[in-house]
Amino acid sequence: MLQIALGGLLLSMALNLLRACKGPTVFDRILAVNAFSTVTVLLIAVDGFANDRPEFLDLALIYGLLGFVTTLAVLRFFRYGNLAHDQGEKT
Amino acid sequence: MPWVDALTGVMVIAGAALCVVGGIGILRMPEFFTRTHATGVSDTLGAGLILIGLAFREGVAWGIGEGSLDVTLKLLLLLAFIYVVSPTGAHALARAAHAAGLPLPPLPKGAERDDSV
Repeated sequence: MLQIALGGLLLSMALNLLRACKGPTVFDRILAVNAFSTVTVLLIAVDGFANDRPEFLDLALIYGLLGFVTTLAVLRFFRYGNLAHDQGEKT
Repeated sequence: MPWVDALTGVMVIAGAALCVVGGIGILRMPEFFTRTHATGVSDTLGAGLILIGLAFREGVAWGIGEGSLDVTLKLLLLLAFIYVVSPTGAHALARAAHAAGLPLPPLPKGAERDDSV
């Protein structure tokens, strides 16, 4: 049961990666990587249960936190050109 | 208990199938703003079904003295986290794309766009 679900999640990750490679604009790529990280969190959780090691959930939590921060950091980098931009400062 | 395993299996496989649907949507939708729409399927219903299915199985195992409660709580925490973070990320992404001047999708005939937002 859980193995079938793992296969489905891997297929979904492959489709997301294909869009991340094709994506005409940078926003398409960020969107695809964001969806990819959500599916990765689910994959880690299901994989932990399929192998009877639910400790993997800690990795899933950390991965989710990192994915969100990465999305915001990449967006900010493409908007301002660096990560330490001050809002009041003129570019 | 076999029925718990069966229910968990059905929920997890349904969630994985919805993730595949989201992947197909993000690959085949015509342009950026419609693609953001497709990610919603895997982010809400896919994640919800998978994580609630696993939490249900672990919670029943805890009830008969085999599983542990903190694993169940961690699964629910992960679900709450995904539900808060993924709309926030999608909103920031769509706003950034709009501010960068990406053209909005064409409207159906007779519809009007509300530009006041």
